[in-house]
Amino acid sequence: MVPVEFYFVLSALLFFIGVFGFVTRRNLIAMLISIELVLNAVDINFAAFNRMLFPDGQLEGFFMSLFSIGVSAAESAVAIAIIINVYRNFHSDQVNSIENMKY
Amino acid sequence: MFCILAFIILGSAVMCVTTKKIMRAATFLLFVLFGVAGLYFLLDYTYLAAAQISIYAGGITMMYIFAIQLVGKRTLQGMVERLRGCRIIGGMIVSVIGLATVVLVFLKNSFITSSALTDGEEVPMDVIGNALLGSDKYQYVLPFEFISVFLLACIIGGIIVARKEKETK
Repeated sequence: MVPVEFYFVLSALLFFIGVFGFVTRRNLIAMLISIELVLNAVDINFAAFNRMLFPDGQLEGFFMSLFSIGVSAAESAVAIAIIINVYRNFHSDQVNSIENMKY
Repeated sequence: MFCILAFIILGSAVMCVTTKKIMRAATFLLFVLFGVAGLYFLLDYTYLAAAQISIYAGGITMMYIFAIQLVGKRTLQGMVERLRGCRIIGGMIVSVIGLATVVLVFLKNSFITSSALTDGEEVPMDVIGNALLGSDKYQYVLPFEFISVFLLACIIGGIIVARKEKETK
């Protein structure tokens, strides 16, 4: 088995790849995909910490990760509904096009 | 095995955020999700890996692909995205600073004992079921029911948001 630090470094790398994508991309769906990367990094951390702290028995991080998967599914469904509605109104899917509510 | 999975995950994630075409980004996201499911298998959390594959890879990626197809043909074909240099440099600086901080905290603390993960046994299914639907301490019936109500609210909200506006007057 690998040392537990490898999991943490991997999840930190994945998290900040997601942050980088969120900052650089200007497309709404691409930003949403970056958010999914961030959420997956957090889920890896929950599972790895649970395996490290409770090798047998409790399943705190396990269920936290499971519920996090469910919540992120719901979140992306609503976000895609909003994106489709925005595209229908503005005929564009770039964030720059939505400036009505900015000021 | 871990190194192969880490290579797949990180390579696909980098390709996912740097590729120009949005459809390829969705495909690389699928690879990342499969890699994360492989990590759960490696940690002997088989149920979590199955949930990851069925919900993320089966559901969310499909939804992304349908959304991309709906949003438009122009987006699909070589979406020319003007990636400005200053924004890339800014994002790079933010990510590298954050990454350095987090990795330093992970590696230099004394809380995490630097031990290899013990080769735990697989969690039996009846333990998961009892914990998920029990109401004692460390059992999770309340979040379970709450998440079902939450999903219902999201279905209704999604329908209302994505519905075509009726012509008023």
